[in-house]
Amino acid sequence: MPKHNSKTKSDPENNYLKSMKEVEYVPRKEATQETYDKIGFMSGLEVHQQLLTEKKLFCHCPAGVYNGNDQFDAEVIRHMRPTLSELGEYDGTALMEFKTRKEIVYRLKNETTCTYEVDDTPPFQIDKTAVDISIQISLMSKLNIVGEVHITRKQYLDGSIPTGFQRTAIIGVEGEIYLKNKKVRLIQLSLEEDSCREVSDIRHTRIFKTDRLGMPLIETVTYPEMVNPDEVMEACNYIRFLNRSSGKVRTGIGAGRQDVNVSCKGGTRVEIKGVSRTKSIPELTHNEAFRQWALLKIRAKLNAAIPDTKSWKMNHKQIDFDLLGDLPEHLKEAHESGYQLFAVQMPGFKGMLSHFTQPGKIFADEICDRLKVVACLEKPNMIHSEEFRQATPNIDLLIPDNIFDRDDTDAQIIFWGPEEDIETALETIEERCKMAFDGVPNETRKSFDDGTTIFERVLPGADRMYPDTDSAPIPLENERIENLRKNLPGEVIDYYHKMREWNIPEDTFIYILRNNLFPLIERITNDLKVNPKFVGTTLGHKLKFIEGHYQSSGNFKYEIIYDLFKFLKEKKLELQLIKPLLTVAWQHPEMEFNIMLDTIKFNKISREKIISKIPILEKEFSEIRISKNSGVETKWIMGHLNKIATGNMALNELSSIIDENRAI
Amino acid sequence: MDKDIFQGYKGASLAILKKYNVRVWGQATINTSRGPFIGTILPRAENDDDKHIVMKIPTGYNIGVDIDTITDMKETGYKKANYKIPEKEFPVTKGLPNVKLFGTGGTIASRLDYRTGAVIPAFSPGELYGAVPELADICNLTTEKVFAVFSENMGPEQYKQLAVRIGEEIENGIEGIVIGHGTDTLHHTGAALTFMVQNPPIPIVLVGSQRSSDRPSSDAALNLMHAMNAAGNSDIAEVMVCMFGPTSDDYGLLHKGTRVRKMHSSYRSTFRTIGDVPMAMVDRKKITTIKKDYKRRRKDRDVTILPYFSDKVTMLYYYPGMKPDTIDALVDAGYKGIVIVGTGLGHVNKELYPAIERANAKGVVMYMTLQTIWGYVHMFVYDTGRDMMAKGIIPGANMLPEVAFIKLGWALGQTEDPEKVKELMLTVINDEITEREPYNGYLVYQGEVPEIKKFMRDVRK
Repeated sequence: MPKHNSKTKSDPENNYLKSMKEVEYVPRKEATQETYDKIGFMSGLEVHQQLLTEKKLFCHCPAGVYNGNDQFDAEVIRHMRPTLSELGEYDGTALMEFKTRKEIVYRLKNETTCTYEVDDTPPFQIDKTAVDISIQISLMSKLNIVGEVHITRKQYLDGSIPTGFQRTAIIGVEGEIYLKNKKVRLIQLSLEEDSCREVSDIRHTRIFKTDRLGMPLIETVTYPEMVNPDEVMEACNYIRFLNRSSGKVRTGIGAGRQDVNVSCKGGTRVEIKGVSRTKSIPELTHNEAFRQWALLKIRAKLNAAIPDTKSWKMNHKQIDFDLLGDLPEHLKEAHESGYQLFAVQMPGFKGMLSHFTQPGKIFADEICDRLKVVACLEKPNMIHSEEFRQATPNIDLLIPDNIFDRDDTDAQIIFWGPEEDIETALETIEERCKMAFDGVPNETRKSFDDGTTIFERVLPGADRMYPDTDSAPIPLENERIENLRKNLPGEVIDYYHKMREWNIPEDTFIYILRNNLFPLIERITNDLKVNPKFVGTTLGHKLKFIEGHYQSSGNFKYEIIYDLFKFLKEKKLELQLIKPLLTVAWQHPEMEFNIMLDTIKFNKISREKIISKIPILEKEFSEIRISKNSGVETKWIMGHLNKIATGNMALNELSSIIDENRAI
Repeated sequence: MDKDIFQGYKGASLAILKKYNVRVWGQATINTSRGPFIGTILPRAENDDDKHIVMKIPTGYNIGVDIDTITDMKETGYKKANYKIPEKEFPVTKGLPNVKLFGTGGTIASRLDYRTGAVIPAFSPGELYGAVPELADICNLTTEKVFAVFSENMGPEQYKQLAVRIGEEIENGIEGIVIGHGTDTLHHTGAALTFMVQNPPIPIVLVGSQRSSDRPSSDAALNLMHAMNAAGNSDIAEVMVCMFGPTSDDYGLLHKGTRVRKMHSSYRSTFRTIGDVPMAMVDRKKITTIKKDYKRRRKDRDVTILPYFSDKVTMLYYYPGMKPDTIDALVDAGYKGIVIVGTGLGHVNKELYPAIERANAKGVVMYMTLQTIWGYVHMFVYDTGRDMMAKGIIPGANMLPEVAFIKLGWALGQTEDPEKVKELMLTVINDEITEREPYNGYLVYQGEVPEIKKFMRDVRK
């Protein structure tokens, strides 16, 4: 029963494309600094890094022991309630989380969980090693070290920490790091306890496991001074490399991760949480800046279309499943689960639901995401009047006649859910629509591999801080700081310049710095007089390749590379041998070096003997004559001599001897 | 004046603040040899040193600045925090029971205290409603702050005062009473009120919290809801303690005031009924009775208030090798009653006998209780037990040591005649001594035993 002539209907897909143009969205590859200057791209980082300690930060459980989702010995249930901050305010996120009424289940494993993790005992004294490492990294980050460490409680009502707050403490404030072309200032560095890992979050139940909970973690926060996506990645890499260069941090998946703050001109700070791959930062920040730019466009359009946004209200009505004809599959399921079905009319929102926000995403997704997070309605949770990306039923056919006073400027949503969640769902939709009049909501967002993000939570403010009444302040005396200062490693920016000076190719830098290999290169260069460029490429190209292509039996330590070079030098073998040897060492680090040589079938043969084989091979080649090109001949001969030559003489030398031989 | 402006600062740190004219709650820039720090100066806890100044930096964190590193300091603004739980008038709903909440302090309702850096009690119905609005769905609440002390400061004077106030409220027709209380001595108060408020027609529920209410994961709100539900709606007209059953936010247990004990220093599920099963399970909606035999709610107001307590009572925790002079010292100090906490079935060493005889001769009454917590005193099993009884020690059956102490204080508050005291002590008021110990009244399971491992994973939350 369509009430409108189909010709007057907007075409959602065209509207999406048109709005993308209006926003002047360009893919990242085509974007220049001008693009970012125009939209006022601004970004800052919160880089998290686990520290390498034996035990957790506030209790004596082992750190770095993990278990699978289904490996647990007991479960504990908690509900979180918002409380006042020290300054007497309630925090916005806290109130939202309370609205979602989540039951939080913690899965405990005996080995990694004591009564502290489940908040049944107060904290023990803070791990001293963790404090020392954080002071060192703070010094390396040129931060001003505080006189006394105060443990603060930072509220998290999402359940990721059973206490409902994270114990965290500032170690230093106001520092700086140097990128290739600029200086970036740091706001602070804090030492905190890591949170739980989420197992699942379905409807009103969120499940966590407590293995990671309480492990020492530092957070380095920069000022929002990065003006394009690549700069954000550079800064992030720098901080991560700096942390690694201390040699006292954990590595591996999840040991380092960052929250990226992004805003555009007229937008607001939005935090993309838990980005574990630095590489994905450029795409994420690019898209987020444009999402905000798009939301500002939507704001302008809505404020132009709706005369009085303050008194704007949406309309809603419950509709009967039975009134509808043939139901699509997910609606059938909803009906069978006893869910209620509601139609919502948003006056003046025509063309907004299909408005571009991110590549492949539209404003309607912003509502859909909030319905999932705030009202706990699992997706699919709604259909709307401007969907074009998938075949959905025509909403006009679903909404019965005359339930709304309709006109050409409205948009409609149909959503479904259990009775107890309907009220929150309606509030959520209306709230998100009203936020569109103001532009960009303050929120944290979760990232996806394709570079897009979805709503995660309302962004918490400073109102969620509270002093930890269970811990006494810890004074940091000058003597302790000065002792720690004595053992600082070199600076990452100096490493960078030195490697350039050595002509080590730049494409190896990330690998070298990520694994803190610069000091090793320097030692091999200085002690063993090996060409640093050769060491650099051996590590940054060869070793990286090996790591990606071979299984290691376990205990491979980078230090073995030093010993291998030393071994070759002492045995007066060609350094080229390092490459095949490294492949073996990676796979079997415990093997003796002599045996490694056997494994790669290396035989010591004199230079003369190798050269003496050239004439015979030349003869053979002239018989088969696959090409007249002399280069092919050299290559063919090299192919035959390669194996016996490697390690016994330089291969480029051999190659030129073959060429010379022919010239004669 | 200084006290307000420089709250908590003393000695060298106070001198520095005065020197640069910077106040607590002042926004300030402090230059130090470690670099500049910007933020709001916070009060300092009284027991912390005088070498640091605390400030809240713009990101909301607190830090301390070492005064020896300070080179300059300047106040640039001033903003005092106003810590206040939003107060809302507690609504009255027809049909809901009228419950009175007595506040005594403790972590059930508390907020930050800068003086100690710890939490202090804060309490009003409006505040409670602001923080736990769900209470309005359970009962109509009025509150009264009887006193504000930490649990460990609760004592005989408070017990007596409370008993009298409870009596008055019952006379005024209240339908249930909840007492907010610190948890450390919750069970002492439970016993005291059982003896002082006899035959109450309504439930009297003691409640506390193991995690202060300033924490999102606090058990305070749920405990309050459970307690209000029990006080307003349960049929059990006894003095009870209402605290978490398991550590999870799930259900509470109602424990008899004379059979309950705090068994863990920090666990939420710290209160356990000893030597019996709990009275009931309670959640926000319902009360499920476990123990079928209890005193029922009545319409009459026939309550007997007996607010007596003698401070001439003490406890003696026996240890191997204890010397007789410990008992002599107590007798010389004028104590009239001693609760001995003995080993095993109720024993002390022979060396003490002469002292016990001397005490008995001086009219000091002595009652035997157990370090084992669970079980009965059996002084007939071994000669030593019989010897001790002959020397005047009276077995306290399965009375918990703390309960025996409270009861003896209450009895001695009424008479010093040993025979009359004995009669009071051994006349059971409400299961402080029971005739039988149910088989499942003693349960302390051990981790990693296969069946418990399974139970922990599948059932116990």
